[in-house]
Amino acid sequence: MVATSLQELYNWGRKSSIWPLNFGLACCAIEMIATTMARYDLARFGAEVFRPSPRQADLMIVAGTVTKKMAPQVVRLYNQMAEPKYVISMGACAISGGPFKQGYNVLKGIDRYIPVDVFIPGCPPRPEALLDAFLMLQRKIDEQQLTGPGRPRHLQEEQPSEFVVPQYGQHDLTPTRNDAIWHAPLVNISNAGPNESGRD
Amino acid sequence: MNLEEIKSQIEANVPGCSLEILPNASPSGQHSLLVDPEHALTVASFLRDGASPHFDYCSNVTGIDWPLKETSSKQKTKKIVDGVEKEVEELVKISTGNYLEVVYHLFSQENRQGPLVLRMRTGDRAERVHLPSLTPVWRSAEFQEREVYDLFGIVFDGHPDLRRLLMWEDFTDHPMRKDYVDPDDYEYEPTAHDEVLRRTQAHYAAQEALSGAEEAR
Repeated sequence: MVATSLQELYNWGRKSSIWPLNFGLACCAIEMIATTMARYDLARFGAEVFRPSPRQADLMIVAGTVTKKMAPQVVRLYNQMAEPKYVISMGACAISGGPFKQGYNVLKGIDRYIPVDVFIPGCPPRPEALLDAFLMLQRKIDEQQLTGPGRPRHLQEEQPSEFVVPQYGQHDLTPTRNDAIWHAPLVNISNAGPNESGRD
Repeated sequence: MNLEEIKSQIEANVPGCSLEILPNASPSGQHSLLVDPEHALTVASFLRDGASPHFDYCSNVTGIDWPLKETSSKQKTKKIVDGVEKEVEELVKISTGNYLEVVYHLFSQENRQGPLVLRMRTGDRAERVHLPSLTPVWRSAEFQEREVYDLFGIVFDGHPDLRRLLMWEDFTDHPMRKDYVDPDDYEYEPTAHDEVLRRTQAHYAAQEALSGAEEAR
């Protein structure tokens, strides 16, 4: 009974004062700024304080195209945030590379290097979509158990709180992905065309 | 503004320079002026200060990669075979390209004229890739020449700060060249098709060969 109440209080406290990190990468950042302004007003959900320092932030909104040149800095900022920390991957570019997926200079999704809690598709997503992602994150925090196998990452000692920062290589970033957290989804590429020899 | 007039103006004022008008067959008819790299800086200073109109603004600098292209065509030539003159068909190989090109778009803000399209060509695509920088003449070319250096690998002599602009320092490739090979990161392509599908399948085949070799060990 006491433990349940403590957990509810703890989760309520966490979910009601999620302070995002004050940074944006591309046009999605404009929508993120619009979300914080008077019309959409993210402050209604306790996230009005955008912190300029990763040490004071709980939430990283990766808003925009992550170029390979920018990726190490994004991962380093995430590593510098204090636990508990969350990530919203906002927009087509941040979740997969978007229209630049086959380009030479854009990372194919920030989830290759850091664990993402909520993905928002869209180019760019509407402020309502960001609010929806934010409410989804709040629900996710609310449902977390403080004990047991489903407890959040910062309460599991064996789980890392820092993730490998990619280095600039001669042709690409090294490593190209963090295999501990990112696995290529199983896709039947034979779905692409009737005459192609794909895989199951 | 007539390109022929400008060409004769330059030839009269910059001795020894060789210019060539490259025609543009499209409806826009935007012909360009090929300048030899040795006299490019003098030609550029003349265009800015001495020519009429003054080309005081460089709006755009870009690069083009022309890889070596060999075409063969049949040509009829007359030859003496066994003392008799005959028409013989011969295969003639024509190779074009094998150079990098940089293009400058110049405008005259004073007379509201332009663009004047200047081009320069390098000796080849590997070793002789040096061209004179026109940044001392038009300051607006500075970052764009850095971008051309980054993406095409043209080295601009006389540039005040020639570093890569978009890619990082240790990057060794030039991504806008035709023969650029991009890194093999085709693990996940939700709607692969055409070229991307081919690359995805090649990626999975390589991964399978790799894991097969590990299992055999």
